[in-house]
Amino acid sequence: MSKIAFFVLAFLSIFSAMMVVFSRKPVHSVLSLIFCFFTIAGHYILLNAQFLAAVHIIVYAGAIMVLFLFVIMLLNLNAESEPHKTSAGKIAAVVSGGLLLLVLVSVLKSTDGLQLSASPDSQVGMVKNLGMVLYDKYMLPFEVSALLFLTAMIGATMIGKKELD
Amino acid sequence: METADLIFKIVFVLGVFGVSLVIAMYSTYAERKVAAFFQDRIGPNRAGPFGLLQPLADGVKMFMKEEIIPTHADKALFILGPSIAMLTACMTSVVIPWGSSLIINGKEFVMQITDVNIGILYVFGVVSIGVYGIMIGGWASNNKFSLLGALRASSQMISYELAMGMSIIALVMMTGTLSIREIVESQPGAHWNVFVQPLGFLLFLICAFAETNRTPFDLPECETELVGGYHTEYSSMKLGFYLFAEYINMFISSAIIVCLYFGGYNFPFLNSLGLSHNLTAILGTVLMFGKIFFFIFFFMWVRWTIPRFRYDQLMRLGWKILIPLAVLNIVITAVVLLFKYDLWNTSIN
Repeated sequence: MSKIAFFVLAFLSIFSAMMVVFSRKPVHSVLSLIFCFFTIAGHYILLNAQFLAAVHIIVYAGAIMVLFLFVIMLLNLNAESEPHKTSAGKIAAVVSGGLLLLVLVSVLKSTDGLQLSASPDSQVGMVKNLGMVLYDKYMLPFEVSALLFLTAMIGATMIGKKELD
Repeated sequence: METADLIFKIVFVLGVFGVSLVIAMYSTYAERKVAAFFQDRIGPNRAGPFGLLQPLADGVKMFMKEEIIPTHADKALFILGPSIAMLTACMTSVVIPWGSSLIINGKEFVMQITDVNIGILYVFGVVSIGVYGIMIGGWASNNKFSLLGALRASSQMISYELAMGMSIIALVMMTGTLSIREIVESQPGAHWNVFVQPLGFLLFLICAFAETNRTPFDLPECETELVGGYHTEYSSMKLGFYLFAEYINMFISSAIIVCLYFGGYNFPFLNSLGLSHNLTAILGTVLMFGKIFFFIFFFMWVRWTIPRFRYDQLMRLGWKILIPLAVLNIVITAVVLLFKYDLWNTSIN
């Protein structure tokens, strides 16, 4: 049952990820990306990480992608008005994409025999366990990342203020 | 899952779906009657006795109207917009506990579709998808007024989602759970959360108004500035879906307010009446619906009393007043909880 769900979800996530790249209209790309996030949230649920799935939907699909969509709608990009890309840019994109693929393949090859348990602990992703791990074992990294967010927030406010003056 | 459980779940799901549609349908009638009362008019009174068949007549009218898709609109997305609005409106009712439990033939059936342990986060997730219905519809119409309405809607919903989430955090800190059923069960009798979290309740209520796009926060469809806002180009039942989704959202947010802050199906002295288990549960559900109807009335009451905000006022209220107040509420709750915890620890030792 969960195997079928996994394959359907995996197919949908790869398909929607390809649609992000291949669709002609930017808005369709963004919507495909949103759909891709939903399928990834589905994978989290299959791994018993309910909290992570909910937060993933709220933060990525619900907030960040809304801003993406916001910007692209305002730019009003169309297939007709799309600026023509130079061939040098295209070649550079192909080369860098190929290099990224090379790195990913080599990294995946070096991980010999992934030790994945078939059925992860059903309670591992519950809010309670997650809170225990975050506030006990990984207290310092958690606090440091909070500090990072605070810095980003202050930075955003500073940039906003500069525009206003 | 056993057959009895499965049958109960199917009947219950269909029941919840049907009830929310019927309530949303009659909310449109109630809204017009309430508006008429506030403006010293009579309101709809032609279709059936007291105009009770008016929602049906409206529905038939909506279905019969000509369906227009603008020539330069993105057809697929134009249809997707109202579909998402309707879908997300109907999805939230899944995690709401509509009553305690019924015992049929010695077997206990919980009156809730599913009790996920991240209940309240699920609600937030669905609400945050809801904005896509408006945004996609507004953009796909290929009309500048629709686009402006859609942009207003999305920025408003993102801003107020933050304050809403933060007002909930204080509540979650007190109850120590995200499951809505456990939150309801933590407020038996008259120990409702509204008495211990008055500020949190006020913030949540204001944000609920903003999230459902109701006056005074209905800037996305502000007709004096934007013709009709995001649904300017819509006609027929697609327009109907947008309007209808708003009423379903109103019903569901009233239900969530009641569950989080007004004890859900709990009521003072309900358990000391000496009634049988099933009767108590049904009475609790009836009382819960009473509370929900009060909040639906409250939504309408505000709509016909208060004029809408200006856009900059809306943003200032959201970012400079509600969010700081929500943070203050979290800090106060944390201090009180810590103090109580210390007191409890020393009394044990």
